[in-house]
Amino acid sequence: MGKELLYYLVFPGFIFLAFVGGLFSWADRKISAWVQFRKGPPLLQPFYDFFKLLLVKETILPSRGSKLTFLLAPVFGLAGALLSGIMILLPAFGLRQGFSGDVIVIFYMLTIPSLTYIIGALAAGNPLASVGASREVKLVISYELTFLLAIAAIISKSGMVTGLHQIIAVQQSQGAFAGSFSGILLVAVFVLCIQAKLGFVPFDMAEAETEITHGCFIEYSGAAYSLIKLTKYMMLFILPAFLCAMLLGGFRFNGIGFLWAFLKLIGVLLLITLIRNTNPRIRIDQAMRFFLIWMNLLVIVAIILDYFNF
Amino acid sequence: MNKIIPIGPYHPLQEEPELFRLYCEGEIVKDVKWETGYNHRGIEKLSESKTFDQVFFLVERICGICSTSHPFAFANCLEEIAGIDIPNRAKYIRSIIGELERLHSHLLWVGLAGHFLGYNTVFMWAWKYREPVLDLFEMITGNRNSYAMFKIGGVRRDIENDKIQRIRETLDHIREKTDLLTGAIMDDPVIHARTKGVGILTREDILDFAAVGPTARASGVDIDIRRDDPYAAYPLVNWKVITAREGDVFAKAEVRLLEMYESISIIEQCLDGLKKEKEGDIAVVVDEIPEGMGTGRAEAPRGEVFHFVKTDGSNYPVRHKIRAPSYVNIATFRKSCIGHTLSDATLALAAVDPCYCCTERLAVAYDIDTGKKILNGRELVELSAKRTCGLK
Repeated sequence: MGKELLYYLVFPGFIFLAFVGGLFSWADRKISAWVQFRKGPPLLQPFYDFFKLLLVKETILPSRGSKLTFLLAPVFGLAGALLSGIMILLPAFGLRQGFSGDVIVIFYMLTIPSLTYIIGALAAGNPLASVGASREVKLVISYELTFLLAIAAIISKSGMVTGLHQIIAVQQSQGAFAGSFSGILLVAVFVLCIQAKLGFVPFDMAEAETEITHGCFIEYSGAAYSLIKLTKYMMLFILPAFLCAMLLGGFRFNGIGFLWAFLKLIGVLLLITLIRNTNPRIRIDQAMRFFLIWMNLLVIVAIILDYFNF
Repeated sequence: MNKIIPIGPYHPLQEEPELFRLYCEGEIVKDVKWETGYNHRGIEKLSESKTFDQVFFLVERICGICSTSHPFAFANCLEEIAGIDIPNRAKYIRSIIGELERLHSHLLWVGLAGHFLGYNTVFMWAWKYREPVLDLFEMITGNRNSYAMFKIGGVRRDIENDKIQRIRETLDHIREKTDLLTGAIMDDPVIHARTKGVGILTREDILDFAAVGPTARASGVDIDIRRDDPYAAYPLVNWKVITAREGDVFAKAEVRLLEMYESISIIEQCLDGLKKEKEGDIAVVVDEIPEGMGTGRAEAPRGEVFHFVKTDGSNYPVRHKIRAPSYVNIATFRKSCIGHTLSDATLALAAVDPCYCCTERLAVAYDIDTGKKILNGRELVELSAKRTCGLK
């Protein structure tokens, strides 16, 4: 029991996720800064941001709207991110103890943060937040189908096993799925879904600063907002790790394996950050069309290619 | 269900105080109402209490971005009243300053447009490439902004011939970077998807709203004060007015980007012209401004700047009326926003490059019978407080 609790709270749970997530957030900001000829923040800036919001800043509640829902939403979002993180990292790091859920459970858990953003925004009673929430709903509807289809394609590639550790085991014996044509297509789809899940440009219309001033999060401040920030840090680490586990062959922790694990994660992060910095934001209807038609089509092509063993 | 989406009074879209109420149904904008008037500086009144030489410094501060266009128009105005012909060297220098300003203003807009699209890389790059222009300003005038170059009858500082080489080198650098930016923006399919067909203003709309500048030229209305009412060195050099026909946000970006090449070419020709003129011959002495009325126009980066001055033979203007280009351009929002989604509407708002603080004026109404002010200062403050409470 004590060991289980350690998994949830320290490694690979809360503290580890928060710490690495913060570092990933720093890397994201630093890479963006390099692309944009800026200097970028110091290494610990994400943690300064978090602790300042948590400890120093005042939490202002909206006068209209449901305060309890408004405040609880970030807590549930953080819990969702934490659970999905543990479910992904336990098998990915080869720690089989604890709950080894199948990927469909992980899929559900990964949706929770987005849902809590929507609930929190709707509880805020702000017209800009409600626009943000409606955009987030549309975005979730459009990318989740693609995400689920991509997961289904991976399950079919791995010979109909649904546990994440089994999928990793198949890849470690037969080579990473990304080594095939269909695998490359799936990586592309997965990366774009991650982009949408993280709310990064070109899919940041739910918080579009210059249109609806951070939409969903406009009313959040202080400690409540710090939890949202923490959730975002964690998701920035969890989703690339999930991609590595699902398609890039997972991680091996022996000698050179550490380097590979690091390179895979940084590579995915670099890709996400570069997409973020070389595209403008698209409209929500364009995003829906993009996912519902083109990305779904791409996954179906990948499944067909996989059927013919490409 | 109709809901009001406010843009302003403080909003990341426009870093100036203004309030747009977008009446939205879902994401579609059904109606738009706006309130400006958050910023009143009393420039016209202030101008009447300053000598002509001081007014130049005052009108320079109307706009922080196009800070030369107002002195330009004011100088044109006074020179029309006094019937002064300025030396050619001064004309060239005035045009160089005006075009350098257009360069930096258009680069600034390109950057901001990128920012509004969520494309912060364009924002940072465009502003980085704008820096050399400001450095040139510092070299030529001593200031990166608010250059204080203009006076009645000429300019205050000469561009010495040994500076010309450095200016040319910087211009080559800027042209190279403009190529890069133009390529990045014109060929990006995502930018096309986002800006083409958005916020369309037809030729008729432009004529109805009397819009000016790049906003009008992007809709195929071929107006440019530099050509239509020639001043400074513009008749002496070869250049062409850039127009586009589509009238959408993309066309406005296209017009501005291509205008930058024209500006560079104008500056280069002016530098050639400078070499032919005698160094130091930059102003004529003006002893007095006679009684009279005059108008002065200048093409600011955003469109036509209009100044009207009435003089009575003293060294103060009796009446000074200023119209900034945003005054007419802002009205086009009614056409470009309604019926579009919120995302497109915000883009259409930014596409005319509005400058609210430059355009805001206060009119004081007097009762004809009693001669009293209809609204006095105290009542205005009360009205403001009431409106602010009503915003909740």
